Amino acid sequence: MTDTPHKMSARGVNVFYGNKQAVKDVSIDIDMDKVTAFIGPSGCGKSTFLRTLNRMNDTISSARVTGDITLDGEDIYSSAMDVVQLRARVGMVFQKPNPFPKSIYENVAYGPRIHGLAPSRAELDAIVERSLRRAGLWEEVKDRLQDSGTALSGGQQQRLCIARAIAVDPEVILMDEPASALDPIATAKIEELIHELRGRYAIAIVTHNMQQAARVSQRTAFFHLGTLVEYGDTDQIFTTPHEERTKDYITGRYG
Amino acid sequence: MNAFALLFLVAGLGLIGWLTARARANRFDRGGARRLHSLPGQHGMYVAMWTVLPALLFVAVWSAVSPGLVKEAVLQHPAAAQLPQFDFERDALLAEARRVANEDGAAAFDPVAQQLAAPTRDAQARYRWMGTAAAILLAFAGAAFALTRVRASFKARSRVERGTMLLLLVASLIAILTTLGIFLSLLWESLRFFQQVPITDFLFGTHWSPQVIDAGDPGKSLGAVPLFWGTFFIGAIIAMIVAIPFGLMSAIYLTQYAAPSVRKWMKPILEMLAGVPTVVYGYFAALTVAPAVRDLAVSLGYTYASSESALAAGLVMGVMIIPFVSSMADDSIAAVPTAMRDGSLAMGATTSETISRVLIPAALPGVVAGVLLAVSRAIGETMIVVMAASGAANITLNPFESATTVTKQIVDLLTGESEFDSPKTLAAFALGLTLFVITLLLNIVALRVVKKYREAYE
Repeated sequence: MTDTPHKMSARGVNVFYGNKQAVKDVSIDIDMDKVTAFIGPSGCGKSTFLRTLNRMNDTISSARVTGDITLDGEDIYSSAMDVVQLRARVGMVFQKPNPFPKSIYENVAYGPRIHGLAPSRAELDAIVERSLRRAGLWEEVKDRLQDSGTALSGGQQQRLCIARAIAVDPEVILMDEPASALDPIATAKIEELIHELRGRYAIAIVTHNMQQAARVSQRTAFFHLGTLVEYGDTDQIFTTPHEERTKDYITGRYG
Repeated sequence: MNAFALLFLVAGLGLIGWLTARARANRFDRGGARRLHSLPGQHGMYVAMWTVLPALLFVAVWSAVSPGLVKEAVLQHPAAAQLPQFDFERDALLAEARRVANEDGAAAFDPVAQQLAAPTRDAQARYRWMGTAAAILLAFAGAAFALTRVRASFKARSRVERGTMLLLLVASLIAILTTLGIFLSLLWESLRFFQQVPITDFLFGTHWSPQVIDAGDPGKSLGAVPLFWGTFFIGAIIAMIVAIPFGLMSAIYLTQYAAPSVRKWMKPILEMLAGVPTVVYGYFAALTVAPAVRDLAVSLGYTYASSESALAAGLVMGVMIIPFVSSMADDSIAAVPTAMRDGSLAMGATTSETISRVLIPAALPGVVAGVLLAVSRAIGETMIVVMAASGAANITLNPFESATTVTKQIVDLLTGESEFDSPKTLAAFALGLTLFVITLLLNIVALRVVKKYREAYE
């Protein structure tokens, strides 16, 4: 691989829910300027693994994570790592759009307010506008920033959630099937947006749509039954997979 | 024949009808099971319903109507001419006559009542026999009618289904009709009150002293404002100052922080508070809290502090309704989608930031509705204020002073020696009606808020 250090590295990660092991010995790197796609059939552990990267599994009391995950070389599960800081640096977009029942403006301003990023109203306005522009939503909502975020269409809501995530200027953005609840046009917009965001953030995206993985990602990881079966450049995975299981999944043999 | 025997008889006829119809349907059945639309048991049920239900319906109606018929009959008696014209007093004498008529060895204080005992007894017996005969006749007629319809092609199954539906409909209407009846009787008595006392005097008058009523102008001392202020002060201000923060905080703790094992035993205990009889709370308020509050007041410099303070009643009432607020808040916080909570946590917010900035605002309508329901429950609460609050109707903002509530005054007005038909007694109904309307409005608003809020997340 390359000489530049990885943005995030996972080595030998296991996740347990109670006695059940959901993720087995997974090692993956997330790089800047790249989109890494996690693909695999339902229940293969790809979403669970994604949630370990910003410690969202902490909110599930039965979940337990072992192995090493580092962000810029720092262990994110060490006691020195503050989970509030971690999540400010590693943002997340969920499967179902989940805007807060607040105005569009307040949705985007939520993170900057919590982390104290904008000392003045003018700066906050600037952050909100910049985030909405980057999320490709500004032109559609600039005249109704005080309307409720929940009144937007599904695709707009999801872009609002992306704007909300990038408002705190994260380094990594995790996306958990961000387009699976959207129609094809809204999906296309989200994919376009991922392309544009790629230069600025390290992105990891979970998807069950293989065409989507092929379209948006540079690296692809194929999960099956909690294990990482194959991990490599997207072109290689989709054209000349090394593993039989990867080939079967990509050609639609199961899934 | 007494009512029990009649019921048994009708039930027995129903059973016989059921058996007969089933036996007859069984005979149809010989030609092959497919020929019968309905099972034999359903034919039996159909006949049993026709036997029992009309007869029972008649008995119910008759038992409501016949006392009036008896009264009319007794009033025809020559001795009834001596009865006073006044409704309440006349009814009291008639009731006495009824008692003498029905109880062996009972004697009447009033000679007129004594004279009317015999005609009462006769009339009662006459109408009872008429009712019984008619009920039995109806049972037979129903059975006969239904039995003639039992045929192989008869759709007893659907008829029984419709009968069951009607039965359930009646059952659910009973609660509604009872409420309506209560409301109408309150309204009726209140209208009588408002004939004697102008409604504006009652609703806007600030002086309440039903013990000394000026016969010329009863409205002067029947102004209900102090009572409603006291009710509001104790039930909606002091009690809520206790119930809202504690209810809300316990709901937040239980939904967001408590480990499942803690929640498992803590929530039932909290909800058990709602099941404590209010008289026990009243006890606690009068014997423990009130003296403590008085001592506190004395130590703060109120030398003449009463042990019957608004604060004591309000505090205990607040504790009583903590479970209401907490369980409504618990439900509405739990109804906020997990995705919302995760979204906030993923932004790097802490749990308490998530609660105060996302969960509470999202759950607010439900919490408000819970508070409104709790208020309506608190202002209707009687036992605590009867035991711990005083009868002194003050308009005050000082929680150490005594205050009284609507419910407490209703109890005072209707217990003990009191004349029927005086403005003083009728005032109780007007108070009850006003309180009824207020709590009804609170409940309607609360339910609408809850409904709107539920729609927002579906």
